[in-house]
Amino acid sequence: MTPSSAFLLGVRALLPMLLGVAPFGVIYGVVALQSGIPPLAAFLMSSLVFAGSAQFLLAQLIGVGAPALLMVGAVGLINLRHALYSASVAPVLHALPRRWKLLLAYLLTDEAYAAAIPHLLAEPRSPQAHWILFGSGFALWFGWQLATLAGVLIGAQLPADLGLDFALPLTFIAIVVPLIDSRARLVAALFSGIVAVLLVALPYKTGLFVAALAGLAAGAFMQRRGNR
Amino acid sequence: MSQTALILLWIACGALTFAIRYSFIALEGHYQPPSWFIRWLPFVPIAALTALVTPELLLVAGQVDIGTGNPRFWAGLLAIAVAARWKNTLLTIASGFVAFWLLQQLA
Repeated sequence: MTPSSAFLLGVRALLPMLLGVAPFGVIYGVVALQSGIPPLAAFLMSSLVFAGSAQFLLAQLIGVGAPALLMVGAVGLINLRHALYSASVAPVLHALPRRWKLLLAYLLTDEAYAAAIPHLLAEPRSPQAHWILFGSGFALWFGWQLATLAGVLIGAQLPADLGLDFALPLTFIAIVVPLIDSRARLVAALFSGIVAVLLVALPYKTGLFVAALAGLAAGAFMQRRGNR
Repeated sequence: MSQTALILLWIACGALTFAIRYSFIALEGHYQPPSWFIRWLPFVPIAALTALVTPELLLVAGQVDIGTGNPRFWAGLLAIAVAARWKNTLLTIASGFVAFWLLQQLA
């Protein structure tokens, strides 16, 4: 396999996912502006943070006026899963120069990982395997930049009071509900939701953080009990 | 927040995200995440995002309101049902939005 054929293999593996990602990117651009983020900052978030669900989360937290430290913590929490992808691709990348590792780590998203990993597992010893991951990562990056730019441009034409900020909770519902496929996960969601409502009056939105930890602990506890 | 402050915040969030993505790559495959981390991880998006959504749906001006004066609650409930039944992101957002808009017109 040549570098260019490996790159194209990665791009082709990712392209179908852009059908799902592009509307998501447009919605992000629109709701970021509705949350009060200026257009340039909204667009730059797509390259500086470059993580779909974290970007929606940040837009929501800006909208409710959360403190900066809580926002950074929330983004870290929601992106923790990328550590698993990092561990998964690390053996394939270990012999590469550092600049390649830095580039591929920046591009390591849910979609790029999902598109590239079957090919990486099939050819772990290919000297060109990293080009596959680069192809998937770059295709997703480029598509995400275009989609969010389109969303920002469309959003700038819309009046601010359409109630479009409601798209944020709806997006989170669309992400979370399909993940709830066991009793432990349902318990995690219920605990988190109830605690968040009970603690909503806490200063600096700290109730959100406590609620997320309560849900996490409740879910993990239920799962342990279920395994015994 | 000013635009400059926002961009500095994005850089902080981006640096942390990058550090997470780079973590095990930097360790060159010598280490794997601990098993408790892998067990807890699936609960993170569920707990974090539900904590954000629930007050948005249930509270009006800081008080729990699940009456006819709170279209977000009923539209959110419909979106949860649609998401559970069809597991389709765009369908969930669209149905919740149409319901929200219709309920606002009725109110």
